[in-house]
Amino acid sequence: MAHGELAAAPRPRLERSRSNRIIGGVAAGIGQHLGVEPLAVRIAFVLLSAAFGFGIIVYLLAWLLAPEEAAEPTARTRPRRLIRPTLSQALGGLLIVAGILLLLAVSGFWFGEALAWPVSLAAIGFAVLWARSGEDRGGRSPLELVISGRRSIPRVAIGSLLILGAMAVFLATNTSLAAAGNMVLAAMVAIGGLALIGGPWVWSIGRELIEERSTRIRTEARAEMAAHLHDSVLQTLALIQRAPASREMVSLARTQERELRAWLYGRAPALAGARLRDAIDAMAGRVERDEQVKVEAIVVGDADLDEHVRALVSAVGEATLNAAKHSGETEVSVFVEVEDEAISAYVRDHGTGFDADTVAADRRGIADSIVGRLERHGGTAVVHSRPGEGTEVAMRLPRRAA
Amino acid sequence: MSAAIRVFVVDDHELFRSGVRSELSHSCRIVGDAGTVDEAVAGILREQPDVVLLDVHMPAGGGRGVIDGARAGGSTAQFLALSVSDAAEDVIGIIRAGARGYVTKSISAEELVAAVQRVHDGDVVFSPRLAGFVLDAFAGEAPQPIDPELDLLTARERETLRYIARGYTYKEVASELHISVKTVETHVSAVLRKLQLSNRYELTRWASERQLI
Repeated sequence: MAHGELAAAPRPRLERSRSNRIIGGVAAGIGQHLGVEPLAVRIAFVLLSAAFGFGIIVYLLAWLLAPEEAAEPTARTRPRRLIRPTLSQALGGLLIVAGILLLLAVSGFWFGEALAWPVSLAAIGFAVLWARSGEDRGGRSPLELVISGRRSIPRVAIGSLLILGAMAVFLATNTSLAAAGNMVLAAMVAIGGLALIGGPWVWSIGRELIEERSTRIRTEARAEMAAHLHDSVLQTLALIQRAPASREMVSLARTQERELRAWLYGRAPALAGARLRDAIDAMAGRVERDEQVKVEAIVVGDADLDEHVRALVSAVGEATLNAAKHSGETEVSVFVEVEDEAISAYVRDHGTGFDADTVAADRRGIADSIVGRLERHGGTAVVHSRPGEGTEVAMRLPRRAA
Repeated sequence: MSAAIRVFVVDDHELFRSGVRSELSHSCRIVGDAGTVDEAVAGILREQPDVVLLDVHMPAGGGRGVIDGARAGGSTAQFLALSVSDAAEDVIGIIRAGARGYVTKSISAEELVAAVQRVHDGDVVFSPRLAGFVLDAFAGEAPQPIDPELDLLTARERETLRYIARGYTYKEVASELHISVKTVETHVSAVLRKLQLSNRYELTRWASERQLI
């Protein structure tokens, strides 16, 4: 099976085509994947089908293994993490095997059906054993759903059964070759079968070890750098914030500290906004920089950002900005907790507070926009404030069943 | 404030030590400081301070090493962790080692004095951030509550931590929950005990989710 060089080049994954299909969209999908005219693939299938039905087997296999193309083209966000054989490569291997057999048959070196069928059975078994379920891939093929999981029992069972079947067929159809005492042949077949069944597993363990090792090396290098920066730059930034420096200076130091910390502890600025925690941190950093206050943002749990959660983040941002502008305090507390049924958020200051009845029109407007925004997304917001006791905006957004 | 609290400062940054010394000198008695684990352990055993302000990150053993060394030598000092670190592992780690509280280095001088006083009185200092970490660590269902007494927070404790994480002072928490400040302190001390003794922290996946360490 050739798998090394195929994985290196990014190409569209093998999917059955929705738009360009005659039977199952397999030929168009393969064509797209390999960058070949679908017509050429179809002709190849027809020719292969004429040769002992290989084309039909390959076609059915492809139909089973390849997921259907998504309705809308979706960008693949994650790069391929590992070089490891994919369905399409296993399929490619099958095609090569079939091609070689065909070539042999045409040029007269045909071993006869006694060999051809066991080999193709074994090849299919092998392909099933190799097939990888990809958690990072969108669509699943019908067979993938059954055999998902890295070392799933159904997959191993199906693959092993096919290969054992191949061995049985081979031995049964070759009894005429030799007498009953042909133990050598039987042993060789058994060894070959074992290699086919165990090979992929051994190979994947090897890959995992390599991957684990490189991850560990990266983590160690990062930890070392983090420790160094921690002892130098972060300490200095903390010191500046304690010194009687100007407000701008303190604010700058705080912003730098926040950014460096986010980077050190694995939350790169480029990823900001990817999750709720990052979005809240980014918001806190913005308010700190713009308003020169300290925002202590604490997030418990985490959630993906959908439009509802984004609305909550905006509402929290407005409440924080509001507190920073009007409370007269230099510190604002933000607390967000993700629970199973809802996300709660609180923005608290110990500032001047206000009386809800006599509140200035602009503050009222901001409060309304926080409340209104959340209500449009099924949430609630309540403002508690009394003169002299600070203000707290309590927000709650129910989580929908995903 | 009663008779001046005897404070020992441990931090490997000279500049930071002198800054803290001058800030605390009005209300506490600084009996010594140290920049390394060995110096710190020796100094603490010699001076027998009431409270040790302890940097989490130090070469050769870190804050943990100081606590272990001082305790092994029979010190009865209370430890208050003071750190620029925001990493949950560091913070929870130092609490599990025996510190009675955690504050960040950006804390104001008055708050720092109040925290030292509180730790000296045998209470616990939970900054909002520490409260957040603990809520995170005890979030959701315990995978296998080995000891429910230790592995789960009571509703009241959880409620108290939430208020602290929201930026409420102990006094404000007390008035919100219609309980006394003393009761708030009891809840918080109970949480600290659970944090120190429970295996829950190791069991939850949150630690491994943070990519560093």
